[in-house]
Amino acid sequence: MPDQVTFREAMTAVLRETLAANEEAFLLGEDVGIYGGAFGVSRGLVEEFGPERVLDTPLSEAGFTGLAIGAAVMGMRPILEIQFSDFITHCMDQLVNQAAKLRYMFGGAASVPLVLRTPGGAGTGAAAQHSQSLEAWFVHVPGLRVVMPSTPADAQGLFRAAMADPNPVLFYEHKLLYNTKGVLPDEPEVYEIGRARCTREGRDVTLAAAGLMHNYALEAADTLAEQHIDAEVINLLSLAPMDSERVCESVRKTGRLVVVEEDVRTGGWGGELITRVAESPAFYALDRAPARVACADTPIPYNKRLEASIRPSPERIVEAVTQVLANDPGRYA
Amino acid sequence: MAIRKKSSASASEATIAALPAERQRALLEQMQLIRAFDEKVDKLYAKGAMHGTAHFCVGQEACAVGTLCHRQEGDVITGTHRGHGHAIAFGLDLYRMAAELLGRATGYCGGKGGSMHIADVEAGMLGANGIVGGSMGIACGAAFAFKQRAQDHVAICFFGDGAVQEGIFNETLNLASIWQLPVLFVCENNQYAMSLPSEKATAGGSIAGRAASYGMPAEAVDGMDLDAVFTTAARLLAGCRNNGPALIETATYRYLGHSKSDANRYRTREEIAQWRANDPIERYSRTLTERDVLDDARSAALAESAVEQVEQAFARAERDPEPELASALEDVYA
Ligand SMILES: Cc1ncc(C[n+]2csc(CCOP(=O)(O)OP(=O)(O)O)c2C)c(N)n1
Ligand SMILES: [Mg+2]
Repeated sequence: MPDQVTFREAMTAVLRETLAANEEAFLLGEDVGIYGGAFGVSRGLVEEFGPERVLDTPLSEAGFTGLAIGAAVMGMRPILEIQFSDFITHCMDQLVNQAAKLRYMFGGAASVPLVLRTPGGAGTGAAAQHSQSLEAWFVHVPGLRVVMPSTPADAQGLFRAAMADPNPVLFYEHKLLYNTKGVLPDEPEVYEIGRARCTREGRDVTLAAAGLMHNYALEAADTLAEQHIDAEVINLLSLAPMDSERVCESVRKTGRLVVVEEDVRTGGWGGELITRVAESPAFYALDRAPARVACADTPIPYNKRLEASIRPSPERIVEAVTQVLANDPGRYA
Repeated sequence: MAIRKKSSASASEATIAALPAERQRALLEQMQLIRAFDEKVDKLYAKGAMHGTAHFCVGQEACAVGTLCHRQEGDVITGTHRGHGHAIAFGLDLYRMAAELLGRATGYCGGKGGSMHIADVEAGMLGANGIVGGSMGIACGAAFAFKQRAQDHVAICFFGDGAVQEGIFNETLNLASIWQLPVLFVCENNQYAMSLPSEKATAGGSIAGRAASYGMPAEAVDGMDLDAVFTTAARLLAGCRNNGPALIETATYRYLGHSKSDANRYRTREEIAQWRANDPIERYSRTLTERDVLDDARSAALAESAVEQVEQAFARAERDPEPELASALEDVYA
């Protein structure tokens, strides 16, 4: 059995590899130095690469995001960490009006090769201002790429792809993933941003998800298998661009679609994915109405049971699939 | 360092020594309650008995107590993520705070907010805040309402040395100054924003100095010295009321980690020990003893009673029910 590594270890390793390989790469963010980052991802890096390459910033998210954009325009390779993805609200102008726009607005004369890493998601009891999944906002902004790894291998593959990309990439890490384990391939696998992967083949229903929710979908698929329901799981990996084509291909086989996302249902990226399927010829392959499993349209409550009650879970995915299959074929309520 | 642009409102300074003995002891008791509360919560986290996270203000008690004891009826406050001390010094109920931390329906937020969001809006406690600097605008808004309505209340706005580096610090200090809003900005400079030393993050070195450049009275004070905080806050608050903003920078220290867990890799044991040697509670106890307001027996009894009150608050809260699941969907309107 090959060695397992945690998602956190995989991230630290790929950051180390990147900093070692590219003199122009640098890491900046709050407490990324001696503290090692709020979630311990950059532990040991300042000791290895020094405080000129691993920079502890003051609490100035807008300012240092702007600085990263400027350095990127100059051809450097900033990797910035926003300590909790909720605080990305402070960076909105810089990301939306600056990073996303420069290349296009300047007629292709600039590029902004930066990677913004940020831990998102709920399930930790951190309440309404430290638990959100706001990635759909950026899916709505042309000019930003948004990726979301699920496993240690994905984390490394997607991170390398993000670093190789000449455009701004938002790299969402779910807090509950850091301690999860997986195996790394012997030879680094090439990931392409915007290319989904089928992680489990099945005939009865397509589960499309990303990040931690993809792992929930796999768990749900195991439970469904015990009930003789054969689920296919598509790991989107990237939300922008979104590989809806791969989902359509799967739907043409299964005829059913359940999308799983942790952001709130209304205005989430799941609605976009289902719309794209509905707009494509795969629509005719559907024999049940598609469904979404998403967070309830509320802020995240503190109490553990309340929090669990509004979040997607493997159980809720199983429920949704059961419901979808219980609908009469071709007759939508 | 003291930077003052305006002369103080009253000629004679307010001092703790001039208060009745009972009041002097009550201030000690408040600091002890805050400490007992945070030490209890710290223990609960260490035992794994608590959900989420919390930030402790052990060591910083004099800042909240020395400013908020001047609060008058109608004044409001905004707190921070490190907010239990603000809430207790404001006068919130230990039991309902404990209930909130335990996620109970009887907590201040019905179990939906937790440590970082304790609030009692009706009473004028406009909330702790999980976003650094997040409450600075809210405090200005409350002060704006007082001014528009010609009320002589003040908004007291707590924030850390870290918040000073956020854009909103500039925007709100400027707004408060150009519109002459009655806000007392209270910067608890506990020397660190998580792991970043304040001296490495603060260009120009002085937070009070920065505030003075917005044209408001601003003073730096020893935040481990309750007497000093009391007197300075009294003076600045008097200047704020019916008038414009002011800022007090309290030099203080958090003894415990940044949040429930912290390896303290960014500071030395010696440094922590040095600050602890200047403990605000011990220091104030000594002062009261010298003033013959306190003796050892009384001091021990107060400390014991603080621990007892906190224990009772948690014991009672623990027996309370958790919120109904349906409450997750309450107060949602869009
Ligand atoms: C906008 C924002 N950025 C980052 C954080 C994460 N964070 C919480 S507290 C903190 C340090 C704040 O330092 P300071 O303002 O000095 O307050 P202290 O914790 O020292 O009381 C950080 C980085 C946050 N909550 N909000
Ligand atoms: Mg601080």
